[in-house]
Amino acid sequence: MFYDVAIIGAGVIGSLTARNLSQYNLKVALIEKGNDVACATSKANSGIVHAGFDAKPGTLKARLNVDGTKKMADVCKTLFVPFKEIGSLVVAFSDYEVETLRELYQRGITNGLDADSMEILDRQALVKLEPNISPDAVGALLSKTAGIVCPYELTVAAAECAATNGVEFLRNCGVNSIKFENDMFILSTEQGEISAKYIINAAGVHSDDIAKMIGDNSINITPRLGEYALLDKSVGNVVNHVIFQCPTEMGKGVLIAPTVDGNVIVGPTTVEVDNKDSAAIAQDALSNVFKSANKSVPSISMRNTITSFGGLRAHDVTSDFIIGSSNANKKFINVAGIASPGLASSPAIADYVLEILKSIYDGELEKKSDYNPSRTEPVKFREMSDEQRRELIAKNKAYGRIICRCETVTEGEIIDAINSPVGARDVDGVKRRTRAGMGRCQSGFCGSKVMEILSRELNVPINEITKFGGKSDILYERTK
Amino acid sequence: MIKEMICVACPLGCQLKVTLDENDAVTNVTGNTCKRGVEYAHTECTNPTRSLTTTVKVEGGRLPVIPVKSSAALPKGLLFESMSVINDTCIKAPVKIGDVVVKNILNSGIDILATAPIDVCN
Amino acid sequence: MNSTLKYDLVVIGGGPAGMAAALEAKKNGVGKIIILERAETLGGILEQCIHTGFGLHYFGEELSGPEYAHKFIELVEQSDIDVKTDTMVISISKERMVTAVNNQDGFIQIDATAVILAMGCRERARGALDIAGSRASGVMTAGAAQKFVNIDGYMPGKKIVILGSGDIGLIMARRMTLEGAQVKMVCELMPYSGGLTRNIVQCLDDFDIPLKLSCTVIEVHGTERVEGITIAQVDENRNVIDGTQEFVECDTLLLSVGLIPENELSKQIDIDMDPITSGPVVNEMRQTSLPGVFACGNVLQVHDLVDYVTTESQIAGLGAAKYISNPNNDDSRYAFTKGGDGVRYIVPQKVNINSKEEIKLYFRVADVYLKSKFVVSVGDEVLIEKRKQKFAPGEMENATLTLEMLEKIKENDEIVISIKER
Repeated sequence: MFYDVAIIGAGVIGSLTARNLSQYNLKVALIEKGNDVACATSKANSGIVHAGFDAKPGTLKARLNVDGTKKMADVCKTLFVPFKEIGSLVVAFSDYEVETLRELYQRGITNGLDADSMEILDRQALVKLEPNISPDAVGALLSKTAGIVCPYELTVAAAECAATNGVEFLRNCGVNSIKFENDMFILSTEQGEISAKYIINAAGVHSDDIAKMIGDNSINITPRLGEYALLDKSVGNVVNHVIFQCPTEMGKGVLIAPTVDGNVIVGPTTVEVDNKDSAAIAQDALSNVFKSANKSVPSISMRNTITSFGGLRAHDVTSDFIIGSSNANKKFINVAGIASPGLASSPAIADYVLEILKSIYDGELEKKSDYNPSRTEPVKFREMSDEQRRELIAKNKAYGRIICRCETVTEGEIIDAINSPVGARDVDGVKRRTRAGMGRCQSGFCGSKVMEILSRELNVPINEITKFGGKSDILYERTK
Repeated sequence: MIKEMICVACPLGCQLKVTLDENDAVTNVTGNTCKRGVEYAHTECTNPTRSLTTTVKVEGGRLPVIPVKSSAALPKGLLFESMSVINDTCIKAPVKIGDVVVKNILNSGIDILATAPIDVCN
Repeated sequence: MNSTLKYDLVVIGGGPAGMAAALEAKKNGVGKIIILERAETLGGILEQCIHTGFGLHYFGEELSGPEYAHKFIELVEQSDIDVKTDTMVISISKERMVTAVNNQDGFIQIDATAVILAMGCRERARGALDIAGSRASGVMTAGAAQKFVNIDGYMPGKKIVILGSGDIGLIMARRMTLEGAQVKMVCELMPYSGGLTRNIVQCLDDFDIPLKLSCTVIEVHGTERVEGITIAQVDENRNVIDGTQEFVECDTLLLSVGLIPENELSKQIDIDMDPITSGPVVNEMRQTSLPGVFACGNVLQVHDLVDYVTTESQIAGLGAAKYISNPNNDDSRYAFTKGGDGVRYIVPQKVNINSKEEIKLYFRVADVYLKSKFVVSVGDEVLIEKRKQKFAPGEMENATLTLEMLEKIKENDEIVISIKER
């Protein structure tokens, strides 16, 4: 198989980059080790679109964060991805910390934020915005341009758009080695050999391993585990903004934020780990998360947790993003070290990578005439009015059968998710695309129904349906 | 000798004290709430039995298996052997509640009966 | 399908509670009744409870879950009660407008004179527990596993550990063993089992499956499929005792860690909820704080015996029938029930002292009590005293207020049930 460009890693960076490249007459492969897009860092992070005051001035992080956040609303709108510019608050608990807020404000200005997008609030103003804030909070830095987005929905949407425009998505396609012969990369993968003129390395925590395959030892990822708790929708309005704590010598503290779907996310912890393939959470993770969260909002309780999870962040030893042509081979572009604020920066990173590719590409990139920057808008039964629901079911009865009762997800939506351009192949894939199993019962009731639909639509026996590919089987053989 | 056991004849779960003579014959039972407790003590000390519930493969129905039960309690030692017999059995839809799925299983005199109906399904 | 349907009674849920309530309402003269059931068949969770032990109180014989369910399914089928299966109620309004969808009729709106909530309960999931480790496959609730084995006919695991010794956990230990799996142990956080003693005997002891009390699962191992778990002993405050951690190899962890009434619909109409039962607050007819809306079965309180569900649901059915025949006739004057020492909760939470019938109070104790008694009292006056060898949280108790006793109770009195040593 021959491609002009092979993108390694179908996280939010790889997928948005693939979408960007799909505007041009290029044969592009989006290569993924897992069974789906967004199945590592992009599925398990805070989902925060940071305003951009946090990163150190002059770094790539600072530049791309500010730029990415500006672009986020537009990208999300085009791709039918929910994005809410709810603003963030960095909460101070002492006068000393109020000083830090002023420094953050200044840093925001230096990084290029509008002065009127930020404001330092006193306690009274803070309580007005966040009635549940701790009595110990003395003030906060309000940043109006910060927001929330669903990281995996953005990834899925970008990948679907890319696929609609001709990008080939290759799943279960781990790369074992890369050779460079006759001006061409030969990738030896789990799915056989793939040739490509250019490689974009967006392999997340594995980006250093991939770079080493071409003799580039400049990247050094030390994965950091972030542990989170997701709270029930019944406490969905405990906060209205993304609530950060003022960074101290003790660390950054955890954030509390609403999610675009009405839950509340609390976390992350920060634990340096060795294993790049396990996001297993530690035994005291939840109690640590809540201990820290209660500093900001005392009423938040572990009792409202519907699930907890861990995600690895691809932290590079330099602490900055590593984006650019490799010194080992100009045609190999690294997009590595994409830790926070990677999600916020992702639209800008994708644009930046395109610029880099253009600068090294042999010849001109030719735009497609029929490029579609969007995707098919997914049906979201749970968000519809009764009138819309009535019309929808009248058109297609599958939307009248509710599979996930906690999140009100219909059979029609699950079928759509499986049959979409980058369709779900496993239970977690359906869950990320439709929210089936994402609610309070955590798939206790709908799990078997989702498996039945996957089995029917993909035409494979139900006991071959996995949770997330590989050996994550759910059922063994028939009882008799 | 006095043996303590819990009666499983019904969900009440009475704590029984069973007196046995030197030939292991039951001479006295206390702690029971009803006479089924006495019966239970006797069978449990001589030939313990348990009712068996499981499923059996069905062809031509809406579901691949239907539930079954033993018509009476089976000797405890026959439970796993009975499971193999039932697992090797396949019945055809339609089935009614009470239909005999396996007659006189392992010559125990006990039948295996369907406990749910299933219609023919195309 | 754009027109609104009109029914005297809409029953939400076609499990044992919904069916018994609908049948009782029918028996008491209610005209148009419809049962809305989200599964493909009536019967509810009983369809997958293929073990026996149902019906001893109500039918005087020991039935399997499906047999018990089918006794009611047949009666419903013989009656003129309408049934829509595979139908999900998505909302109810305070005016008792019920909105549902299915893939036959599409969008359904029903204007109901009375509504009976009988949606049952769901199992507590892993998220509610603080179990560390990966998100590997092979962790599921005992009920989900029960459906896979008994309805779908597939094995969800081969080497199994069960967390939680409630009846579902115990029943699944035996079930998986009979189907050839190796059940390594059942772990129970509490120092006692939440299940019936007879289930410990015939589901665990019979198969030499160890029951580990004051023991919990603290970590799940494996990146794709579960490869093992870490268990540990806990102290009296349920904190892990350091040094007791132990690795257990297994491919499956089944959770049987509690049931939660499914009251998302009830919350839409803002009825009063009992924080202990997680169900609605009801009167002796199982009417909620919103007149014309009744609740019964596991949506009201989690039951251990389906026989009690049937009895409770018949009360709700009768209550709905009375309401429908005369919605505005309410001369109720209420006294309130309250769990005293050792009693977690009482249902109903309020009783009409003008009731013409005696009233049975159902309650659950908070701990295991040996050689104790329960005492029902109002102020200083003791109404009922009853001794028992053993009280356990897993077994629901009841006490009957006779008409004579009701006469002694005044409006707004507190009827207290406590456990006392004897």
